[in-house]
Amino acid sequence: MSGLLAILGKDLRIELRAWRSLAPMALFSATVFVIFRFALDRERLEGGIAAGVLVTTLLFASLLAINRIFISEREEGGFDLIRLSPCDPSMMFLAKTAALTIYLILLELIAVPLFALFFLDSAEALPALAPVLVLAALGLAAVGALISTIATMSSARDLLAPLLLLPLSIPLVIAAAGAASPVLEAGGPGFERYGTWLAVLGLYDVIFCAIGFAVFDYLLDE
Amino acid sequence: MKARLTSAPTLVTAAAVVITAGFGMVFFYAPLDADQGFIQKIFYLHVPLAIWALLGFIIAGIYGIKYLRTNDPAHDARSYVLIHQSVIFATTVLITGSIWAKAAWGKWWIWDEPTLVSFLIIFLLYATYYPLRYSIEDRERQARYASVFAIVAGAFVPLNFMAVRLAESLIHPRTFATAEGGLPGSMALTFLVCFIGLGLMFFALIKFELEAKRTAAELSRLERQLAPDYEAPYRRTAAPTDLGASVSMEADRPDRGSL
Repeated sequence: MSGLLAILGKDLRIELRAWRSLAPMALFSATVFVIFRFALDRERLEGGIAAGVLVTTLLFASLLAINRIFISEREEGGFDLIRLSPCDPSMMFLAKTAALTIYLILLELIAVPLFALFFLDSAEALPALAPVLVLAALGLAAVGALISTIATMSSARDLLAPLLLLPLSIPLVIAAAGAASPVLEAGGPGFERYGTWLAVLGLYDVIFCAIGFAVFDYLLDE
Repeated sequence: MKARLTSAPTLVTAAAVVITAGFGMVFFYAPLDADQGFIQKIFYLHVPLAIWALLGFIIAGIYGIKYLRTNDPAHDARSYVLIHQSVIFATTVLITGSIWAKAAWGKWWIWDEPTLVSFLIIFLLYATYYPLRYSIEDRERQARYASVFAIVAGAFVPLNFMAVRLAESLIHPRTFATAEGGLPGSMALTFLVCFIGLGLMFFALIKFELEAKRTAAELSRLERQLAPDYEAPYRRTAAPTDLGASVSMEADRPDRGSL
């Protein structure tokens, strides 16, 4: 547990000092919103299209952080240090998942209000989006931490992470967009099958956190 | 070598016999579908291929777990070959599904058939297995990471099916959604024969690929023994070259260096 907190604290401290992940993610999201405005040629979004734009933007922005989450470990020998330390390597998976979840939630705190400002008429849908986006962030973080380890250790780093992550994220996108679509409907938030989608997101989170925790040892093992 | 029940030639013969019988039954025994007519017969090919591909993916995940537990390269080779053959089967599933969609609904691709859409997603995921293996030089690490992938993807298969099915708002009738219970007896029997036949073919292909890999490993070992100075042209491959205990791999493997 102390290992987890130490790694998480280290990552957050680096992030606070250099803003290497959050600042690019926020900038990326804002730009992608502008791109969608012109690509779709719509000034206001609602329903399925609004949910799609939001979820897609957050997913692609998350790739930036996922690609970088192990960069300091690779460049400064953090993987060797964790093997030398008495700390359980699985703690590293949990710490990285926690760090990514925090980055993604912080990103959502910036990008979702911006999205509402750009494309929505009112902010009344935002509270209902919160549980969906938090569960999606956790799932994406767990898969991202796992995939990023594999990608970091391979010779095709930047290529492999999106290639592996995007197909794995499809159920997450289905559920998040499925829940967000009625919530963002123009006539005020709807909650059609909201609970079902939250359950799917929760199941996804549990499965990939458990798998990641179970197999992470083997990814670091030399 | 004694001919065993599970040897490749036995499996091939059995597959050929059962598939011939099955296709014979498809055309001469099973009745025409009242609703879809002749095109429904692609069901006897499409569905067994899909089921075997899915089973192959899941068994590959189980061999992934076995590899991580035992470190026996033979398990990694099995996992690889299962995924390889399942990806080939999945390709044929997408092609036959597309043909069926064209004949039944007039379009080459439809998004409201959850099984087909799930298959596309799974196919896209497993297609990344090759670049993953290819981009890891170290053989042992390659096997470990490939096993982790097989486990993650194996768990992803049922989850993905569930999510895609839930996303399907339209409930439209499917011949096989009700399983054998919805089929008349003669159709169910024909389906079963085709299912077993294609399953035998699946395992025969797996057996052949494993044998081929084993032979290639043995051949390069002999090459090295006979002509230690001969440097075979280096070919980088995503496939496992180390097949474990069945092939004795001495420590005399020359270090080819890394690319």
